[in-house]
Amino acid sequence: MREPTPWDRVFDLVISATGDTVYMVGIATLLAALGGIPLGIVLHMTSPTGLSPRRITHRVLGAVVDVGRSLPFVVLLVVLSAFTRALVQTTIGPTAVIVPLTVGAVPFVARLVESALREVNVAVVEAAITTGASRLRLVRSVLLREAGPALVAAIGVTAVTLIGYSAMAGVIGGGGLGDLAIRHGYQRNDERILLASVLVLGGLAWLTQLTSDFIARTIDRRRSALRV
Amino acid sequence: MITVENLTKSFPGKGEHVLALDGVSLSVPAGTVCGVVGPSGAGKSTLARCVALLERPDRGSIRVEGVDLVALRGRELRDARRRIGVVPQGDSLLRQRTAAGNVALPLESAGVAAPARRARVAELLDLVGLTNKAGSYPDQLSGGQRQRVAVARALAASPSVLLADEPTSALDPETTGSVLAVLDRVRSELGVTVLVVTHDMAVVRRICDDVAVLEGGRVVEHGKVLDLLTQPGSRITASLLPEVDQAGTTPREIGQYDVVAEVVLVGFAAVGALLPEAAHRHDVELAILGGGLTRLGETPVARFKIGINGERSERALSWLAERDAVIRRAPRDIGGLAA
Ligand SMILES: Nc1ncnc2c1ncn2[C@@H]1O[C@H](COP(=O)(O)OP(=O)(O)O)[C@@H](O)[C@H]1O
Ligand SMILES: [Mg+2]
Repeated sequence: MREPTPWDRVFDLVISATGDTVYMVGIATLLAALGGIPLGIVLHMTSPTGLSPRRITHRVLGAVVDVGRSLPFVVLLVVLSAFTRALVQTTIGPTAVIVPLTVGAVPFVARLVESALREVNVAVVEAAITTGASRLRLVRSVLLREAGPALVAAIGVTAVTLIGYSAMAGVIGGGGLGDLAIRHGYQRNDERILLASVLVLGGLAWLTQLTSDFIARTIDRRRSALRV
Repeated sequence: MITVENLTKSFPGKGEHVLALDGVSLSVPAGTVCGVVGPSGAGKSTLARCVALLERPDRGSIRVEGVDLVALRGRELRDARRRIGVVPQGDSLLRQRTAAGNVALPLESAGVAAPARRARVAELLDLVGLTNKAGSYPDQLSGGQRQRVAVARALAASPSVLLADEPTSALDPETTGSVLAVLDRVRSELGVTVLVVTHDMAVVRRICDDVAVLEGGRVVEHGKVLDLLTQPGSRITASLLPEVDQAGTTPREIGQYDVVAEVVLVGFAAVGALLPEAAHRHDVELAILGGGLTRLGETPVARFKIGINGERSERALSWLAERDAVIRRAPRDIGGLAA
């Protein structure tokens, strides 16, 4: 039986791994939002009840998005390794993991955004149309603003999901808390590290959800009378 | 001025198409208020949505100030929309924007600069009496206040025409009054031509100059409210006039009279003085058995059930008819049959 890792060493390892996880998930969420939000807007706009119905475009995009969403993350990790190497010159470490994380999250975000936009009251959009608003203005000032809280919630859910995915990247040595938990904690049977990294991982997810809920509530002007 | 000609619109339904509008023609003179009434599913909203350029008709023309709007597309369509103010059916305010923000939307669409926009928004909120609610969000406003914001928004870009689809359907009678007062001001102070869809005859009584009755996608009646009131066989007369209840009069009491009739009186002079004068001139006993008084806009209108006793009862009745009272004879035994 080995000596257990001293707590200050555990602390250092967990801090450094947390930094890696926040970096991976943060960048991947940002990129997924940058790719997924426009894609979600296009999905909504081209839908039969959208502002520019295009049946074929909608079907094709929808199919691509759903296939993307159905691929298990572990498969993406492997399948995308060549693409990842071409993009970031490595297939291990946090930076490499960002690539499959982003690719996996873009279709996820797109569907969430589409359904958030679909929830915007049709009468509200039509009222805006009758003011002679251009399509760009309808999207920016009406759809995105009215769906604002739902969009924030969608990004929050995505970040939390990516925290989970990023932990899976531990199996291929992706770095971060999941990697720490699997390689130091589980494989070397180090209970302290396992416990600490899993706790921090859960705390991180919880904190992310809390933050996204808070932001969504803060920007939401509905039922604000109740909070006065 | 709105002119709708031969407007036809169908929707794909299960199996056959639903013909929502079947050759509707309608003209609303500049600066007047026209009500569109009719049963649910008659096509009222479809008509309003076509004129609002939200729905493209299959056939027919829609002209506002003489310009046909049906064929417009792209930028021209958006510019035309700006000249038509619309208060859509149901809650239509942006819930994430304040009252002022909602009213500002058409001005943003029109590219009005911020300072001019603020001044115009203040002006409009004043018009609808909501200056102190500028910073409130829709969820902090009552139903009537929300509708008034919607009216202010519809008027922001100074349209010559205002469409309102059931603007009072979700409101109680009191708040209905506040919304109607605003629509009335819109016509009288801004000279805007108003088309208002409603199923509430109180709306027609209060603010409409003209009324069109839609049924199964067709206009079955159209004219000045005051004219339709006295027109025999009109379908909406009954619903515009006060009920003739016979509270407190038994069939036996009705049976005492030589002549029993329903009279419709229009105008201040007629309502006030015609019946007593008829009694006096012909030396008959004239009693009001039921009915009541209402107002069409500013014009008092009455419908009474009267009983007349005396030798010259018939003369008294024809004298009333000569003075533009609308008389409908009630067969005397109807009361008896009903009892
Ligand atoms: N978008 C639509 N798709 C299919 N049918 C419609 C649509 N809009 C209206 N209709 C049909 O057209 C008819 C008239 O509807 P509408 O104009 O809403 O009536 P109203 O406003 O008088 O109650 C109804 O039979 C309705 O079901
Ligand atoms: Mg309707």
